[in-house]
Order: sequence, then C-alpha cells, then structure tokens
Amino acid sequence: MKSFDVVIIGGGITGLSTAYYLNKMGVKNVLIIEKNYLGSGSTGRCGTGIRQQFTTKEHIVLMRESVKLWKEWENSLEHPIHFKQGGYIWLLRNNEELKQYKNYVKMQNLLGVPTQIISKEEIKEIVPEINTDDIVGASWCSTDGNAYPFEVIDALKFFVESKGTTIKTFEEVKNITLKNGLIQSVITDNDIYYTSFLVNGAGTGAKKTAKIIEIELPLENYRHQIVVSEPLEDFLNPMVVKGELYFTQTHRGRVIGGTDMNESPTDSISTSIDFLEKFATEVVKTIPQLSSIKIMRQWAGSYVVTPDHHPIIGPSEISNFILGCGYSGHGFMLGPIVGKLLASYIIDGKMFLPEADNLTIKRFKEGKLIQEKAVIG
Amino acid sequence: MNDSLILICRCEDVTLEEIKEAFNKGFKDIESLRRHLNIGTGPCQGKTCIPLLEKTLAQLSGKNEIETISTRPPESPVPFGVFIKRGKKE
Repeated sequence: MKSFDVVIIGGGITGLSTAYYLNKMGVKNVLIIEKNYLGSGSTGRCGTGIRQQFTTKEHIVLMRESVKLWKEWENSLEHPIHFKQGGYIWLLRNNEELKQYKNYVKMQNLLGVPTQIISKEEIKEIVPEINTDDIVGASWCSTDGNAYPFEVIDALKFFVESKGTTIKTFEEVKNITLKNGLIQSVITDNDIYYTSFLVNGAGTGAKKTAKIIEIELPLENYRHQIVVSEPLEDFLNPMVVKGELYFTQTHRGRVIGGTDMNESPTDSISTSIDFLEKFATEVVKTIPQLSSIKIMRQWAGSYVVTPDHHPIIGPSEISNFILGCGYSGHGFMLGPIVGKLLASYIIDGKMFLPEADNLTIKRFKEGKLIQEKAVIG
Repeated sequence: MNDSLILICRCEDVTLEEIKEAFNKGFKDIESLRRHLNIGTGPCQGKTCIPLLEKTLAQLSGKNEIETISTRPPESPVPFGVFIKRGKKE
C-alpha cells in the first residue's frame, strides 16, 4: 500500500506524456500501471505519422500545438526520438477530392497550419518516384512528420523515472474504489494504491477500465494492420497518403504503411493475407518500384474509435477521474498535447486550449459531436 | 571472450554486452528488451538471435523459463509484387 498524487492506468504515449508534464510542472509522486510492457498496445503498433492535416478546428489546433511539443521533445529529450518533419503528401485522385481538400487547406491555413495544394509537377519534385497518372494534385504540409514509437516510449520512460515517477509493468488493475463520490484507490493483482487523481490512459482497455466505476465510454476497438519492408537507402521523406493507403520510410530505412480494410469492431489483432494483397496493390500502383522490395513483417493494432472520431480528454462525471482515450487512430501524434492538457487539468483545474473543452465526455450527453472526415489507414 | 565481441543479433548488430547493459537499465522482459535494442527485427526475423536472447535472459534473470516473442508473418521476406491482385479492381 502506498499513496500517490496521480495514478495513471496505461503505459503508452498518453500515460507517459501525462507523467512527463506532471513531472515538469512539479508533481513528482506519480505512478504508471501497465498490464503488459510499455508501449505494448496501440502506441507501439502505430504507423509513426504525425500530421496537422485534419478537417475540424479541434483536431487542427490540437495537432498544431502537438507538433510544437514534438519539436521540443526532439530537442530536449536525452534519448533520441527520431522526430522528423518530412511532411505529409496527400494525393488527390479526382477533381471532387481536389475541391474538398481546397476547403480543408483554407481552414488549416486560417488556423496557422501551412498546408498548400500542389500540382503533379510539384509532387514529382518532392517524391520523384510517385506515379502521378491517376492523380490530379496533392495537399501538402511540410511541417507534418513522424517519430519512432519505441524510441519515444524509451525517451519518456528514462525522463519520468529520473524525475521520480514509478512505473509498474506486468501489473493489472482489478478494481477501483470510491469514497464520497471520488476515486480513492486502485487495486491491482499485486497491491493497492491510494491516489488523489486517476488517469484512464488504458487505450484498448479504457472502456473496460471506466466500466469498473460504472462510467460508460462510447468506444469501439477496430483492427488495423501495418506492414514493414526490408531496409532501403533513404528515398522517401514524407508520409504519402492516397485514399485509404498511407506509407513512409522510417529512420531505419524501412517502408512502413497500412490501408483500411473497413472491418467491423473487434478486439482481434491477428493479421491477414487480404491486407497484404490490398496494401501491395495500392502501394505498387503509387510507387511502381516498390514491387520488387521485400515485405519483412506485418502486425496489427487497434484504433479505439469514438462516434465522432475525436478523442475523449479531460474530466469525467467523477471529478478526479481523468480521461485520455478514444483517439480513433491518432493517439500517438496527439500524445504530447494530450499529456500537457491532462497535466494542466490536474494541476490548474482547466485545459489551456478552448478547443480541448469541446472534447470532453460531456459532448456525447449534450449531442455536440464534431465529425472528422480525414481518417486513414 | 569479451562480451562486446559476442554478436547475438547479426541483422541488427547487437552484442551480448549491449543486452547485459539494457537488462541492467531495466529492460528485463523479452519484448521490451527486443524493442529497445531492435533484436530480431531484421530480415532473419529472429531465427538465429531470439533463441540466444532467450538463453541470455534466462541466465541474467535466473529464471528457467523465458516467454518467447510473438512471431509475425511472413516467415521470410517476400516482395510486395507477389501479393498484387492482378486483373481485379481495387
């Protein structure tokens, strides 16, 4: 038995980033509980991308701020995270898409994100290998990018442990107790921890975790697969997006990417040959030279999806139970800003961006959903 | 023999010394150790190094049984071109 100021359930990007900002803001007595190893859930299975090209004010502003923090992390964390602003090049397949993305670009520009529509010739200047036969242009943001999930996990782990955060891995939350309507303690298969605040950053397990204290979260897990190639010389700087397909090259030279199989919700994270066929067909159409490149490994992870494809962050109906979940495929990229917002809420009682207040669990009760149209992979 | 000269993972160039260092830094389970050092993530997919890693980890931790890693397809690298659906619509 031990007491903490903040207990965080989930050792992925949400938990580690929240602990990072709590530690930075002076709260040192923090515990992270992870049922498996750090980054074993959606964080470690993600496609590495970090983008600001979204279609709602909430996502654009949060990601604009998150990119600023990614840069700070790259410059200040001792362990390298390989954050790189190689841009996102979003290939547009017809005039209808072009028209639609022109509107998104206007909105992104108004909110300070430097996206632009570029021509086929300009696409070739950025990635000469792209086949432009079946596209009309692209939406291009040079400040989007990617980072390497397991290096980010390690960098944050080293930082928070050096500041006094306790991390318990291979330990599972079994029960949560309340006293006078507030969280009092967390019971695991190993111990009991008393706490002033509890953060639910449990990813695919967030719904189950909230259910312990009878809070219903509108979350569904969807399987998404990823494939990685053998290492190649550097040739691809940006993330390439085309319809449901996305891919880029990591700092280790591997082409990494995915595509959407449009499946029903499932907790399964097995892999399928159908995915390989769809991905290979789409990727080789986009860059024909990839045909002879070898696939090295495939795996799957989950998108934890909300009805409006926006995360649930901030307070819940139990005021010391804080939510950071339901990122709908964008949890890794949102990690820095969500961690900072949650730490600020715990310390100051408010999140510092008005857009974040639109993303609390309240919106589902009040019917204030915000639809995101740009969901890929 | 010097641990820094004993190569455990040939694809990713990881030595016994690096494994011992990582273990002492707190990477004590096979999955996080593997991800921290990239062991077994090269073209051979861990066919030679993972058994050596399991044995090393058993020695370091004093445990008789070490959980093995989750294996992932394909069994050996295959070109993207092999999987293209020809003559079918996307």
